[in-house]
Amino acid sequence: MDRGVDEALLRALIPTVIGILRRRGAGFAAAEDAVQDALVEAVRVWPDDPPRDPRAWLVAVAWRRFLDAARADTSRRRREVLVDDEPAPGPGEAVDDTLQLYFLCAHPSLSPASAVALTLRAVGGLTTRQIARAYLVPEATMAQRISRAKRTVSGVRFNQPGDVATVLRVLYLVFNEGYSGDVDLAGEAIRLTRQLAARTEHEEVAGLLALMLLHHARRPARTRPDGSLVPLAEQDRSLWDTRMIAEGVDVLQTALARDRLGEFQAQAAVAALHADARTAEETDWVQIVEWYDELVRLTGSPVARLNRAVAVGEADGPRAGLAALAGLDPTLPRHAAVAAYLHERDGDPVTAARLYAEAALLAPNLPERDHLTRQAARLNEELRG
Amino acid sequence: MAKYLLLKHYRGAPAAVNDVPMDRWTPEEVSAHIQYMQDFATRLEGTGEFVDGQALSPEGTFVRYDGEGRPPVTDGPFAETKDLIAGWMVIDVESYERALQLAGELSAAPGAGGKPIHEWLEVRPFLAAPPTITE
Repeated sequence: MDRGVDEALLRALIPTVIGILRRRGAGFAAAEDAVQDALVEAVRVWPDDPPRDPRAWLVAVAWRRFLDAARADTSRRRREVLVDDEPAPGPGEAVDDTLQLYFLCAHPSLSPASAVALTLRAVGGLTTRQIARAYLVPEATMAQRISRAKRTVSGVRFNQPGDVATVLRVLYLVFNEGYSGDVDLAGEAIRLTRQLAARTEHEEVAGLLALMLLHHARRPARTRPDGSLVPLAEQDRSLWDTRMIAEGVDVLQTALARDRLGEFQAQAAVAALHADARTAEETDWVQIVEWYDELVRLTGSPVARLNRAVAVGEADGPRAGLAALAGLDPTLPRHAAVAAYLHERDGDPVTAARLYAEAALLAPNLPERDHLTRQAARLNEELRG
Repeated sequence: MAKYLLLKHYRGAPAAVNDVPMDRWTPEEVSAHIQYMQDFATRLEGTGEFVDGQALSPEGTFVRYDGEGRPPVTDGPFAETKDLIAGWMVIDVESYERALQLAGELSAAPGAGGKPIHEWLEVRPFLAAPPTITE
């Protein structure tokens, strides 16, 4: 987006403006299109002619675009308006348009990829081109994904309460799928989760926000300038963003105080314990194991059990870690990598080197593969003497 | 300009001159190799010749249609499969000679002992759209 426009302000207004158009009778799909047009117009016009009231400007331009489109395609649009028209909420009926938009864009009828794309466009105010670049697909493909998603949810009533858990899954996906191109998806996921947390008291929303902040704070230390991965134990902790860590811990503590534990809070608690250690050696692995126990109890997830085995290996020694690993399915992602690590710590570099090489073949991405190949190479070099 | 696929094989190509598995290199040699590949792609971006580059996981599955209303049949991975693609780079260059030249440079990526791997890469021209003027 161009310089000279307060992008954060502009994008934060998008859900509100869509909500206003909807209450004036525009269907979701048409309202979203009109607001996206207004956004593009704002980026063009605002640098030279900033509006006094950005929200009113966006509503006026979007509404004009909506009417133009409706006139250009009268019969189809008329049906849409009639079908989707809902009475304005009565006095005292507090409807949060933005919150409703989160639920709509994460509707269970959508596939995860569609929900992610629709959320980034309608709630996040990103353009189709930006979303396409971020996910490395052609713009036409992303445009189709978004318009199909809009058709899928076109029959959903706007003011039905949704399930926060589905929204959290979508935001987690946006955060965790990494980042590429000119859009920082992790940063965007944090912005959207923060905005959601301001609108709901749900402790897992806070848990997810804390989890994101605590991981994002380590980002500068996680890769070397050449793109290679730095394991947690080897990270330069002075590069961690202490302000972001403090915020994450604060958000987490408030959530935990409500005493309704969920998986995101438990994961955030693990991240907080890592953040709390000034050196890798100071890490409180005993407490981390306890949080993994909670996580396994809450989710039964094999991935949580695998991570727990690593933590047990640190807390009670590699033998205990290998014992914790023994019962797990060896086809689990990263199982070989974890086994390699524990065998090395257990003083068996031959097995560790073989497992690292095996893990490299199974690695789900290039930086991990390169990292595991280097680990195998390091051990084999030591073994050659 | 014409597009070419530079294809790297896990198996199926003739053996490289410097044919040592990567986990038998030193970590520094692994890093030097990765750096060479990154620099190569960056340089081709700079000359306006880079289109795409991807690495593939070695695990693959064969799939085929099994008739109306039936799920596809899957088979493999086959350990004995002769040909296994490791990854590719797509370049858009002025001539076939230029494509060969670049493939040669890519094949010179350093391996064990810091010496060029001399690995065999396959160069395949794209079948492009038909030209407007044909006579």
